[in-house]
Amino acid sequence: MNKRTFLQELNRQKISYLFIIAPFLLFLIFVLGPVIASFFLSFTKYNVIQAPQFVGITNYKNIFFNDPRFWKAMINSAFYVLGVVPLGISFALILAFAIDQRIKMKNFFKGVLFLPTVTSIVASAVIWSWLYTGGKYGLINYFILMKLGLQPIDWLMSPTWTLPAIIIMSIWAGLGWNVILFLAGLQTIPPMMYEAAEVDGAGFWSKFFKITIPLLKPTIVFVTVMSTIVSIKVFEQIYVMTQAGGGPLGGVLDCALTGVPYLFDKGFNKFQMGYASALAYVIFSIILIFTFINIKFVKAKVEY
Amino acid sequence: MAMRKVKRPSKTIIFIYIFLIVATLTMLIPYYWMLITSVKPQEEIQTYPPKLYVKSPTVQPYRDLFRLIPMGRHLFNSLFVCTSVVLFKVFACSLAGYAFAKHKFWGRDIIFMMFLASLMIPWQVNIIPGFILVKNLGWLNSFKGLIIPTMGWGAFGIFLSRQFIYSIPDDFIDAARIDGCTEFKIYLHVILPLIKPVLATLAIFTFIQQWNNLVWPLVITTTREMRTIPVALAALSSQTSSNFGMLMAAAVVATVPMLIIFLIFQKYIIKRIVLP
Repeated sequence: MNKRTFLQELNRQKISYLFIIAPFLLFLIFVLGPVIASFFLSFTKYNVIQAPQFVGITNYKNIFFNDPRFWKAMINSAFYVLGVVPLGISFALILAFAIDQRIKMKNFFKGVLFLPTVTSIVASAVIWSWLYTGGKYGLINYFILMKLGLQPIDWLMSPTWTLPAIIIMSIWAGLGWNVILFLAGLQTIPPMMYEAAEVDGAGFWSKFFKITIPLLKPTIVFVTVMSTIVSIKVFEQIYVMTQAGGGPLGGVLDCALTGVPYLFDKGFNKFQMGYASALAYVIFSIILIFTFINIKFVKAKVEY
Repeated sequence: MAMRKVKRPSKTIIFIYIFLIVATLTMLIPYYWMLITSVKPQEEIQTYPPKLYVKSPTVQPYRDLFRLIPMGRHLFNSLFVCTSVVLFKVFACSLAGYAFAKHKFWGRDIIFMMFLASLMIPWQVNIIPGFILVKNLGWLNSFKGLIIPTMGWGAFGIFLSRQFIYSIPDDFIDAARIDGCTEFKIYLHVILPLIKPVLATLAIFTFIQQWNNLVWPLVITTTREMRTIPVALAALSSQTSSNFGMLMAAAVVATVPMLIIFLIFQKYIIKRIVLP
């Protein structure tokens, strides 16, 4: 070992570098490089045609103090997250608990709930836009609202209902994933706990609230933070459903414009690349906060 | 041992079944409505009240789909991009995973940590500079632009294969070395056969993810001919105000291949997600 020179050692290691070179170079060029470049770009004014022009922190200043559309997007994002996460997680938890009981066809129920996860969000959004079709021809309007004696709603054209409609679709699309995670968490609860509770005469709901929820806490925190991050990043369903049939991106009066669609609009419709990069970093920082919460609270999950 | 009790299902169990059946219907009805609309003639789509069944099914929407927009070309684009990315990720990531798991070289841990950290990078921060880079390379609207930058996101595959290769005993590898195998042959003949199940999972996941990916191809493609299926579907949706049969036929084409893959590999997919 001590005889080995630097060059000999490098020669021995050559093969290892050869093994990692392709993914590593592509990673540096197309992932890491752009992310760093984006940071510098966020301090410039850049419209793709002329060279970028350094403007200091003007972009960030404008975002926070001079951009009502940004705040509209943040409020919509918050509304979306608060709509999707608590409801989505409650449904998923109850469904996972139900599937975990002594019932038949567990795999069938799991599989059905998981279907939207393997369907592209674009396809799901297209299907749901059709379910939401306005007037009395839409499936949801006719078979749910009108059968209940309510007036049909023009879901995706109405400033009030666009975002709630997208929230409902997103809960549907994300349910299966969360159910599978909860089911995995439920396997860690020893069956003895339930048996002991049954001996003491506990019913379905008291088992659910007294045993399942407390023991499942780590999984619940994990799933909550994960779905919060996913919801902050939402793009596809907003892009498709607000533009279904030719509407503007973000819906009528920006009623469903959330953070990422706004960033997309600034970058690729208005070609304000510097400003959009700054927006990307603002959104990235928000996501990062939640990522760190996740790592801190769910250490065990990360260690594998 | 044979303690058979004839038990009537309790009220709770019946309640659970009803609940699960309602949930199942909620999940399935959108798919059903998509399928049924895609085989309805135009008159039946626009009747009032809407019907849950179809009286005289037709394949006209599918014919329209392949005649009015280049759906065959979109299918080819999606298949070509997905296959290239999957092949690269499966082989390049597992090869790198082998080096990270079993080799010692300078900078190994730092490089691996960089990959791990990159799992936290959302595409949203990457999309604008990524677009500018691809534009400057002259790769806009080309397969190069669709495929090669996507290959940079290999961190998950590397992480996954490293974890599994790490658990392979060193003796296997040493024995092969003594037999005079080169490192690449060890990877090919010792490592690859042992991690086949993991690579299959990685391949299925990458394929589904690529097939469904909207944003990158949306930004990179500028002509209709280069669009992948999600981009074409989103565009079609924004242009459709009456021909919903054709739109749903497009949704069927986008959805069904993945549903088939899922049904074949169901157990595999669900089991692996939770603990990669």
